[in-house]
Amino acid sequence: MSGGRLVVVGNGMVGQRFVEALRARDHDRRWRVTVLAEEGRPAYDRVRLSAFFDGVSAEELNLHTPDDGVELRLGEAVRDIDRDRRVVRTAAGEHPYDALVLATGSYAFVPPVDGTDLPGVFVYRTLDDLAAIRAHAEGRRTGAVIGGGLLGLEAANALRLLGLATSVVEFAPRLMPVQVDEAGGAMLRRYVEELGVTPYLGVATSGLRPGPDGTVAALELADGRTVDADLVVVAAGIRPRDELARAAGLPLGPRGGVLVDATCRTADERIWAVGECAAVDGTCHGLVAPGYATAEVVADRLLGGAATFPGADTATKLKLLGVDVASFGDAHGTTPGCLDVTFTDPATRSYARLVLSDDAKTLLGGVLVGDASAYPTLRASVGGPLPAPPLALLAPAGGAGAGAGALPAAAQVCSCNAVTRADIDTAIAGGAVDVPALKACTRAGTSCGSCVPMLKQLLDAAGVQQSRALCEHFELSRQELFDTVRVRGIRTFSQLIAEHGRGRGCDICKPVVASILASLGTGHVLDGEAASLQDTNDHFLANLQRDGSYSVVPRIPGGEITPDKLIVIGEVARDFGLYTKITGGQRIDLFGARVEQLPQIWRRLVDAGFESGHAYGKALRTVKSCVGETWCRYGVQDSVGLAVALELRYRGLRAPHKLKSAVSGCARECAEARSKDFGIIATESGWNLYVGGNGGFRPRHADLFATDLSTEALIQLIDRFLMYYIRTADRLQRTAAWIEAMDGGLDHLRSVIVDDSLGLCAELDAAMARHVASYSDEWRDVLEDPKRLRRFTSFVNAPDVPDPSITFAVERGQPVPARGAAPTPVPDRPHQPVALGLPEVRR
Amino acid sequence: MTLTALRPTATLDWTAICPLDRLDPDRGVAALVDGVQVALFRTGGELYAVDNLDPVGGAYVMSRGIVGSRKGMPTLASPLHKQVYDLRTGQCLDLPGVALRRHEARCRDGLVEVRLRQEQ
Repeated sequence: MSGGRLVVVGNGMVGQRFVEALRARDHDRRWRVTVLAEEGRPAYDRVRLSAFFDGVSAEELNLHTPDDGVELRLGEAVRDIDRDRRVVRTAAGEHPYDALVLATGSYAFVPPVDGTDLPGVFVYRTLDDLAAIRAHAEGRRTGAVIGGGLLGLEAANALRLLGLATSVVEFAPRLMPVQVDEAGGAMLRRYVEELGVTPYLGVATSGLRPGPDGTVAALELADGRTVDADLVVVAAGIRPRDELARAAGLPLGPRGGVLVDATCRTADERIWAVGECAAVDGTCHGLVAPGYATAEVVADRLLGGAATFPGADTATKLKLLGVDVASFGDAHGTTPGCLDVTFTDPATRSYARLVLSDDAKTLLGGVLVGDASAYPTLRASVGGPLPAPPLALLAPAGGAGAGAGALPAAAQVCSCNAVTRADIDTAIAGGAVDVPALKACTRAGTSCGSCVPMLKQLLDAAGVQQSRALCEHFELSRQELFDTVRVRGIRTFSQLIAEHGRGRGCDICKPVVASILASLGTGHVLDGEAASLQDTNDHFLANLQRDGSYSVVPRIPGGEITPDKLIVIGEVARDFGLYTKITGGQRIDLFGARVEQLPQIWRRLVDAGFESGHAYGKALRTVKSCVGETWCRYGVQDSVGLAVALELRYRGLRAPHKLKSAVSGCARECAEARSKDFGIIATESGWNLYVGGNGGFRPRHADLFATDLSTEALIQLIDRFLMYYIRTADRLQRTAAWIEAMDGGLDHLRSVIVDDSLGLCAELDAAMARHVASYSDEWRDVLEDPKRLRRFTSFVNAPDVPDPSITFAVERGQPVPARGAAPTPVPDRPHQPVALGLPEVRR
Repeated sequence: MTLTALRPTATLDWTAICPLDRLDPDRGVAALVDGVQVALFRTGGELYAVDNLDPVGGAYVMSRGIVGSRKGMPTLASPLHKQVYDLRTGQCLDLPGVALRRHEARCRDGLVEVRLRQEQ
């Protein structure tokens, strides 16, 4: 049996890996592969499932790449296996096989207590589960997770991020009982409590109780206590999906799972099992790395090889609730005669334990909580000599002097994909000279991503200069491009790409260069060649919406507006049939404008004294304010006056990303200034400046940068902060990420713009003075120039015909895009799903 | 208005659209040809015409995308969600199986002309 029809049941991570491994080596196309998948979507990265709550889309988690030699049938669950006739049956029919591989994975175990079937009780297993959790969390206040293991803590973090007051109930006396020891568990508990998650340890859940609306409302614990929970996630472990094998009469493992030998073959020589459903020599493994190992074994065997299961690597490293936790090798010190080295640092709040052989020469395993930076090196050293003395390895800085460069060739760098240092070095020598190339070539770092920093270290160790190239057209980073344009006085994209790049540019580098040119004040964004560089928003000076229409936002500095101007906005919206909405930045957004209407709308707005609000640009958006001391009983400064002055000073300033600001008139902070890139809060004697805040999916409070400033000193600091940001940040990097990535962080920023440590301040001040002096309203400039106006036409050959695809329905008395007006004719290719790009590892 | 009504039965003739100098290099315009919305581009000395409909986003916006190159081939990026297409073949380089419908474009006597193409 070395070829024929191969049926794979299941398209999870391991099933997908198996198919890829087989196809990569089946050069003679000996196997025709059919994959039958129960879920409606192809394989995705379940290890990174929680990233869904960080805004990572289902598409980004996709692991499946189309392959002409594989028929993938989604949503086609297998009903049974007829071993005599060698067919599997589904609702759609029969699939004959010469070899059958079971990759059915596992399901979430739900303990047999009352109430687990109530609405509002979920498991944490699939993308659909996560979407359902998110939907149910809407408007609810409390959540609980049953199970304080690895998955339970991930689920708890998700509930916390969804805004629920979260509890975790764990039957064992500590969190993550499988991975960490008692002291590690205690450290973990302190972190978890500080994040506002309440742990209930050493107690069982005895039942779930509904509220008046019939959805879950509380957990009852075995000791009589009650825990409020409007949403419950059960994360009490997993069980192998072995029902097909069971029904087909195949032997199972002692604790379930399809029993296979070290070759991953079942008692039926034509049937194999891989991943979580396989009980290899009787033991099921719930981690992806051993699962991948089984996939490799079966792929090899089906092509005539002699591979056997190498044993499970259960090393784990994760960031749970913002805390690094790692465990590897013999973490619990069960080897006879082994020695312990432990390290507890209450100051940095890290705990580490190394388990050494009885002669203290060989590393057997360990546990790290709080600071796991030494994990990659330690993990790769298990079973071998220590790469450095134990204390040096565990020092909070993360094992200085023991970087990946010190690893032996046989050390495993990526344990998910079994890639050794020798593999990485070979790939580097073969021309894979950056992280993406190494990932593509060796698969290292493509699963959990924790070894990506080591890949960088190994590139460094090999003497490779790592690329900071913006895209395929420029080798330079954004900062280098900015300096090049500034120092060389370059005025056009053509000149820049001819002298410092190659090709014709793209949607990445063109808007970046357009922004740099605009930051340096090289004229109107729609003049000459610059027009071709702009994103559509900057090109039409309006915000593109889903139906192809645009929205218009006039500037309302500080959110202060006269009744007459309000009336004008109302009249314009009424006359052009626009949907109106108050924005979070204290302005008014007018939706549903067609391109040819934009100049007519702006004619009316400009005549009434409005100007562009730059809502479309990577630029200063708005400076929000509270009403301040003028009216407010508590206000101590004129926050509106300052907000207006700041908005007028920085209006039109193009930056690497959008910029938001706010001014609060007292410490009550009604303007929410600390959620802004630069926020100002009044004090009795002046202003406090905060920098690096933002809202969005990962909200971040701004850090206090300077206190009790006079208005002049405040403005000078903001001038320098913004100009330094514009000069040195990466493409699309908000100020928060820019400061975080800066060597030395906030202190460095302070030394540059307060103490002038780089001697840059005079230049930064002068650059801002030039910006303020040269500002002119982009929309007024367009209206005054027929050449610019010419761009605002529906059809070049039929300028009087409005775009017929833009149509409206009425909702709550206002126009909204008519749904279903536009078709989405993505080609219909059953069983040939579309790959939406390789998964990206976010660090 | 139904959208199927905008689809032509067949057009074999060249339709004059605009003078060549009305097309800025690397910046598209939309044109209406027999009720079909066409996005027209001039890049690298060539003319390209594709459907104005973004096949992923479902809105008529392709003429407003950024023109560029990828590994030497002329490209167009959707302004909605940035998928990149090969202007020569219409194939999406980021989403296998997705494509823009192409049309023919040429320049005659300083005038840009388009002929609709029925693919498949």
